[in-house]
Amino acid sequence: MAFFFDLFVNGLMIGSMYALVALGFVLIYKATSVVNFAQGELVMFGGYIAAALVSLYHLPLAVALPVLLGTMVGLGFVLERGVLRPMVGQAVISVVMVTIGLAQVFQGAAAMLWGAQTKNIPLPIPLEPYVIWEIYVSPINLLAALISGAFLVAFAWFFRRSRMGIAMRAVANDQQAAMAVGINVRLVFALSWAIAGLTAAIGGVMWGSMLGVDTQLALIGLKVFPAVILGGLDSVPGAVVGGLIIGGVESVAAGYVDPYVGGGTKDFLPYVLMILALMIRPYGFFGREIIERV
Amino acid sequence: MINRECGVYQTTYEGDMALYPLPLARYSTLGVVAVLVLLPLALDSHAMSLVNLMLLASIGAIGLNILVGYTGQVSLGHGAFMMVGSYTAALVTLRLGAPFWVGLPAGGAMAALVGTFFGIPSLRIKGLYLAIATLAGQFIIEWSINHSTWISGGVQSTIFVPTPTFFGWEINSEYRRYSMVLPVAIVAYVAALNLVRSRVGRAFIAVRDRDVAAEIIGVDIFRYKLLAFAVSSFYAGMAGALWTYYLKIANYEHFTLATSVSYLAMIIIGGLGSVLGSVFGAVFITLLPIVLVYLVEGGAALLGFKYAAIADFLANLRLITFGGLIILFLAIEPEGLFRMWGNVKRYFRLWPYSY
Repeated sequence: MAFFFDLFVNGLMIGSMYALVALGFVLIYKATSVVNFAQGELVMFGGYIAAALVSLYHLPLAVALPVLLGTMVGLGFVLERGVLRPMVGQAVISVVMVTIGLAQVFQGAAAMLWGAQTKNIPLPIPLEPYVIWEIYVSPINLLAALISGAFLVAFAWFFRRSRMGIAMRAVANDQQAAMAVGINVRLVFALSWAIAGLTAAIGGVMWGSMLGVDTQLALIGLKVFPAVILGGLDSVPGAVVGGLIIGGVESVAAGYVDPYVGGGTKDFLPYVLMILALMIRPYGFFGREIIERV
Repeated sequence: MINRECGVYQTTYEGDMALYPLPLARYSTLGVVAVLVLLPLALDSHAMSLVNLMLLASIGAIGLNILVGYTGQVSLGHGAFMMVGSYTAALVTLRLGAPFWVGLPAGGAMAALVGTFFGIPSLRIKGLYLAIATLAGQFIIEWSINHSTWISGGVQSTIFVPTPTFFGWEINSEYRRYSMVLPVAIVAYVAALNLVRSRVGRAFIAVRDRDVAAEIIGVDIFRYKLLAFAVSSFYAGMAGALWTYYLKIANYEHFTLATSVSYLAMIIIGGLGSVLGSVFGAVFITLLPIVLVYLVEGGAALLGFKYAAIADFLANLRLITFGGLIILFLAIEPEGLFRMWGNVKRYFRLWPYSY
């Protein structure tokens, strides 16, 4: 049983990091109806910038973090303005392919600017795992889970209480009505990309310090799809729940099934779950039920 | 003989649907076929291998265009369907000793079966949900093939295939491989052209343009969507099987998500909903890395860099150019190279008395 809880708790902590990346994804989809296939690449880019600032330019963490956040938020704005806005109203395939194109550009650019070899983001935390009730918890997982949790709470507050957050929800609900009551829809579009950049920056630092920064980091983006489909493509709480479920399930399944099939359950089971979800309940747990059937 | 019409003057449906709208089209088609047949006389072995790769890519791209461009169902799993065809061909050859002209349709048929299965979600979902479902299909197929030793046995899921023979004639040089690939490519091209102007093709287009309206005028949407998946994956399977016989190896690394993406790029850059455009796109994407290498090596030689120093740079530049071109084409010419080709033709329609 201890083995099960060990896997489950660590899986949940990983899941909270999926949730943070998924949040950026859902935000963009909710506000602008763009499915962002480059979310994983944004995370990778954030990780690369963090690694470059800390290891290459030897900035202290306290300086590097604000620089990183500022850069990624700016990048979000630029992407929205330069690449995605001309795509408004285009066919699904075009929008999907534009973000896939962006993903390729990021992969190439990151490796070209900072090299393809794996880099570290040294964080001032201990390496020895804590043992809590026979469960091994690595400090970096714990820290990542705490930071993710804090950001998820902060975003929940932002969307419930702040003026801008409510405006974003209004735009997501009905663009024309939001325009009619005087909400600046363009600003909301830009802002949702900026926030996605922000979550990608934090995700990049955490995933990067855990796995090391190289172009493989972008694969995180592909794990986001099962999470958001399970939770509902346009639901912020859904992103959190979906991320946690995927994290927990894949960790437990990998622990029990991997020895029999020779590894790789983590790269397989989430997608089976996703196909099932798409067949049975395509709008997920919390998504709006507006999916057309033909 | 060389004149073009200067407008649309068809008065019968037969005239409108004809394969050759003008005598010119018939002669130019003959000309292209003649050039393709005589090509081996003019090219060396390296150039021949490029032509072979273009033809292989064209077959896959035409298949994907039938699904995405004509029927409007976005698929990110094309690479996986090619993988199914590739491994099927390898296994049929190794276990049953079948010749390549049996392995090709076998690979196509198996891929069509698998593709139809993964097309079933299109019954309930469409648009980007379908794109995500086919993405899952890509991973599930990749994992399944990789993890069942019965299919992919051997080291690192690699199966070596003996040199294919055609009634004792060994297909062991680029020129001979060309004579294996070219007929398949021509048949695939003509079959696609005829498919899209038939009843089935018009049903596909109706489903793409407005699914509800198509249903109302009596198109069985689910049947035609599945048919599109089947036809498209059959093409993919054929292309994958040809890859196996061409490289004499079946390896899953040739058919990853990156492959699916590059086939999507081919049809976007070539032109969605155009058979000829698929070929343009396949040629473009196949040539892109090679042209880049020439350009960069030329530049590096001018500046005095060593090749080893620019190898990484080239790989990254390839990615950036590839992604950048997708974005540029979508922003500037969403109908792709086929539209550009059409623009040139339209200009010469009234030339030199255009107004």
